[in-house]
Amino acid sequence: MSARYYWGLHLGLIALLFAGHFVLPAYQHGNVARIMVLAVYAMGYNIAFGYTGLLSLGHAMFFGAGMYGMGLLSYHFDAGALPAMAAGIVAGAMLSLVVGLLALRTAGVSFMIVTLMFSQALAMTLVYFRDITRGDEGFVIPSATRRLWGMDLSDEAHRYLIAWGLFSIVLIFTLWLVRHRWGRVFVALRENEERASLLGYDAFRTKLGALVISGTISALSGAAYALLFGYAGATFAGVQYSIFPLLWVLLGGAGTVLGPFVGALFMFYLIDLSSGVTDAYMLIAGVALVLLTLFLPQGLVGEVKRRLWRDLP
Amino acid sequence: MTKLILPAGEGAKLHSPGRRKALKTLAAGVGAAATMPLLGRYASAQSTAPIRIGFQKHATGIGAAYGRWYERATLAAVEKINGEGGINGRPVEIVTEDDGTDPKRGAEVLEKFANQSNCDIAYGTLFSHVVMGSAPRAGELKLPYFVVSEGHHVASGALNRWTLQPGITDVKSQVQAMAPFIGDVLGKKVTMIFPDYAFGYDHRDNLPAAIAAAGGEVIEQIAIPPSETSYTKYFPRIPRETEVIYHVMIGPGVLTFVKELGEFFGPSRPEIFGFVDSIEATDLTSPGLEFLDGTYFWEGMPRYAQEDDTEFSTAYRAAVGCDENGASLADPKDVATYAHMYGCWETLHIIKAGMEACDYKGIEDRQALIEAVEAMSDMPEGFDHPQGPKRFNGKTHQTFGQQYISKVEGGKLVKVHTAAIDDTIYPDEVDYTSMSF
Repeated sequence: MSARYYWGLHLGLIALLFAGHFVLPAYQHGNVARIMVLAVYAMGYNIAFGYTGLLSLGHAMFFGAGMYGMGLLSYHFDAGALPAMAAGIVAGAMLSLVVGLLALRTAGVSFMIVTLMFSQALAMTLVYFRDITRGDEGFVIPSATRRLWGMDLSDEAHRYLIAWGLFSIVLIFTLWLVRHRWGRVFVALRENEERASLLGYDAFRTKLGALVISGTISALSGAAYALLFGYAGATFAGVQYSIFPLLWVLLGGAGTVLGPFVGALFMFYLIDLSSGVTDAYMLIAGVALVLLTLFLPQGLVGEVKRRLWRDLP
Repeated sequence: MTKLILPAGEGAKLHSPGRRKALKTLAAGVGAAATMPLLGRYASAQSTAPIRIGFQKHATGIGAAYGRWYERATLAAVEKINGEGGINGRPVEIVTEDDGTDPKRGAEVLEKFANQSNCDIAYGTLFSHVVMGSAPRAGELKLPYFVVSEGHHVASGALNRWTLQPGITDVKSQVQAMAPFIGDVLGKKVTMIFPDYAFGYDHRDNLPAAIAAAGGEVIEQIAIPPSETSYTKYFPRIPRETEVIYHVMIGPGVLTFVKELGEFFGPSRPEIFGFVDSIEATDLTSPGLEFLDGTYFWEGMPRYAQEDDTEFSTAYRAAVGCDENGASLADPKDVATYAHMYGCWETLHIIKAGMEACDYKGIEDRQALIEAVEAMSDMPEGFDHPQGPKRFNGKTHQTFGQQYISKVEGGKLVKVHTAAIDDTIYPDEVDYTSMSF
């Protein structure tokens, strides 16, 4: 199908989420705001894993770098939202560059383990320098710093619209990127790195670029989470927050632009709704995940792509 | 099963001025939409409807043992309150949600209480990081948030006017009250072993000064990650001249910790003083814990029935379903988190007193509820406060109360010292009443 259709699909989702601001009940309104911020994280992860084939188990370090880059500047120096956000994004970009330069010397399982180790090292560092970071307990972002262009970001409406804006920008950027020549090289490396290298592409630099973009977007999500929800804590740099984006992407569909959002949405409501039915809600979530893996191995959007819309980005 | 109470249908739509104000500041293209209503907001609870209290339960995760008993104490208190006619003539209902002992989920749970379950207030959180992650949302949602955490985070001024801790004392006051006994009775040179976690830092940060004030000295501080499963490798760091081991551990490895401490020292050990957290929800007759005989523990409330127990304490013990050993009446192996869960019972009674003082009718009176609780001070010992009398500081949103020291004798904890409320008081670090709502 032509580009007009898939642009329409993605812009349609953006429009739908904007409309959601006006019609969603308060609780769902807050949930969707949170899901959009987390979907940004998943979209960042998807660039590395879904498009470039870099299976990282350490993306929480980039999310955490963004969160703490933003949060520490606010907490200790009363920095405004914009410079604090910028600090978070830069922290994530720098960290992903350094980690990429080292970790990309490995591949496959080794890359997975090295990223996991780097991430754990960051998490331990956050706990170790507790006087600065407040360790496991974390800290509340001062409300005075949670203002942007006169808007109070603790306000529900502002929070939703800022989350929607960030989500929209990253979604459109991702769609553009994966259709761009660079994105096609990412996929070429994922599919057959040796062949891509023989064709003259610099595999290391390309993967480094993908990882830096991925890490920077993840950091943007972490910084936005701290800014919009008012809390930064070392839990967010823990290993489970490296697993989450992997799960969201796998559930939604790796290598699809919409997959991360669909996966994050599905997972959030799977837990939220099943917890209203039984205390053993993780069992329900686990069974659902197993069934999905068995019967929709490409993920929800991935199966749509495989069965109905093969050139869906 | 998690209980979910759906919102009342009547009067359930409310325009949101905050949202309209927000949109006006955005781009002109979306400004026109600013006056649209937000569907699904609730107005106020009906006057005959139950008062709904959202209970943020640590049902899973590192706090699960506490969550289970916090829930039992909560349901027992609600049964008592409802049996006495409820609050302002309305029954109380508990809406329980698992927060997974996770700060992100904790914040989501508060949103659910406020925006979906139509709860009047939120209550019951123990672990510090969950409190820290949730409290900002409580402030934004303008949802009274009564925590039962022990953390110093409330009194330190880190939170907001909507967050209070009126039913359980904080670690800073507990440590301060213990130090004179340690210094005067057990020894002057103290080595601390504590969890490398916020709760442990409250001990790390406050004990040295308190011990110094008692004429002693903390000569080593050993932090252990709460997820640790083997502890022996940390013990060689204990200096030889140590006269007192001060330990406090939490998490699933506490039993292993205590056993390995005993194996490390063998028959010749220094004096040992622990916070009962190290053996909370653990049967003292478990194999390997024999070496604890003769050691001392802080207890928020004595686990074992004491000879001088008040009638209130005895009635409370029966109400929460515990035997004289602090274990479940139904299962003697199921030991309660007895030193902490009284906080749930007392907090719910303070909520009741606050709602009655401000003639609470619905969510429009949430602010009045906070002000009513802030106005509280001395609370006498009674069935509502079986742990002992309390002195609530409305400025710091923190309560102060008696602390107990027990000695292990014959596999039971026997109370040997009671620290008075005055021993626990420290200077105010914040005045929440000066903050706006």
